[in-house]
Amino acid sequence: MNSTLGSPANIIGILFSVILVSALLIWVERRLLAVWQDRLGPNRVGPFGLMQVMADMIKMFFKEDWIPSFTDRWVFVLAPTIVFITMLTGFAVIPFAPGVGIIDFNFGLLYFLALTSLSVYSIVLAGYASNNKYALLGGLRAAAQTVSYEVFMGISIMGVVMLAGTFNLREIVEAQRDGWFIGPQFLGFLIFLIAAIAESRRAPLDLPEAEQELVAGFHLEYSGMKFGMFFVGEYLGITLSSAVIVTLFFGGWLGPGLPPLVWFCLKTSIGIMFFILLRGALPRPRYDQLMRFGWKVLLPAGLLNLLLTGAIVLSLHG
Amino acid sequence: MVLILFYLTSAVAIFATVMMITRLNAVHGLLYLILSLLAAGVIFFLLGAYFAAVLEVIIYAGAIMVVFVFVIMMLNQGQKTIAQERLWLQPGIWIGPSLLAIILLAEMLLIIVSGNNAESGHVVTAQQVGIALYGPYLLAVELASMLLLAGLVGAYHLTKPLFKTAEEEGKS
Repeated sequence: MNSTLGSPANIIGILFSVILVSALLIWVERRLLAVWQDRLGPNRVGPFGLMQVMADMIKMFFKEDWIPSFTDRWVFVLAPTIVFITMLTGFAVIPFAPGVGIIDFNFGLLYFLALTSLSVYSIVLAGYASNNKYALLGGLRAAAQTVSYEVFMGISIMGVVMLAGTFNLREIVEAQRDGWFIGPQFLGFLIFLIAAIAESRRAPLDLPEAEQELVAGFHLEYSGMKFGMFFVGEYLGITLSSAVIVTLFFGGWLGPGLPPLVWFCLKTSIGIMFFILLRGALPRPRYDQLMRFGWKVLLPAGLLNLLLTGAIVLSLHG
Repeated sequence: MVLILFYLTSAVAIFATVMMITRLNAVHGLLYLILSLLAAGVIFFLLGAYFAAVLEVIIYAGAIMVVFVFVIMMLNQGQKTIAQERLWLQPGIWIGPSLLAIILLAEMLLIIVSGNNAESGHVVTAQQVGIALYGPYLLAVELASMLLLAGLVGAYHLTKPLFKTAEEEGKS
């Protein structure tokens, strides 16, 4: 069993940089969206508006952290912490570079799936505890959306597992020395990408919080730092999804010339920017369209991918 | 070390399960049940069944319980059901289940004291699970899949709308 733990410096460094990146994404997203929409975006506070993150954080800390009287108090407080904790612990299995990573675990990929499936409680419980019709609708949508797209996410990565022959993320990266899995697993990549957007509840698939119909959906009653936790939790989710996509399909830390860690960060930031670009580029589908697309298109496509990959792997190695 | 962790996890599991039964609010009960399932996952992990541990979290805690919470949210119970629960959870109800639980506890203590512990720390890989499922237990897998298919068809039939909506009318 090679489930070795990284050094304390590794753990603290990764934790710190992951949280820093997620906080910085608040600024990156607004600035990038502005560029793509021909605006300027936040550019007043500090150089390039970088201190906007600090300004936002100070604002959030000084807002009244109010728990409405009609809510289910304990569940209301519990809900925002779940998404934060699950997303943060998800980074434990990400192989950043050889020797950089928190744990080298044989079931790393399944561990990632388990944590994404647990993170849905945050939204569902927030919707329930708020005791508000809009929030409840958001929670219901989140539950149905994530439980469905989790299935396609699981099926889409099985092709990668078959090619690499392991659930260990480090070994999956090593298996891509001869070529990234994006080539042989392009269909799997597409399904995983859509499922990852749905799982992290990002626009265009942000139906649980669709502002135009549900006001703000599940986090309608939240204010102050509890809202902030949902907010940063979402950015943690994007970062985690990009890191996993890079690991599974784009060869992780592998690349010529530059040090492995630089390659990994570079690829991951391109992934994050792609997530942000999607928000600026695509309209939101209707809820029933989303569910129909999932079960009638993604599920058969995922199974087909599984079947074809299995047949090819068997005929080559059998 | 592993033993301490095991007993600690077991204590959490038992506590969570008791709390789950005695909660009057259904959602709070479900939260404790989720905790209990997570504790069961950790126990699997400590025994070396990593695959079962992760599946326990993905399938039970991550998918099935979400559906439970979903349904209970839809039912939107209020104070009335809490009063009803209080009525059901009278002290007299506890005698029967407690007796059965005490018998199980006594059996377990006997096994522990006699030292006939099953070998623990035996690692089971995903490949072994797969080979076992599609080898000796293939019939069970196929029967389970048929059962699930029947459930799926039944659920589809039950939720089929009696009348077509305007949109579907236009399509067909």
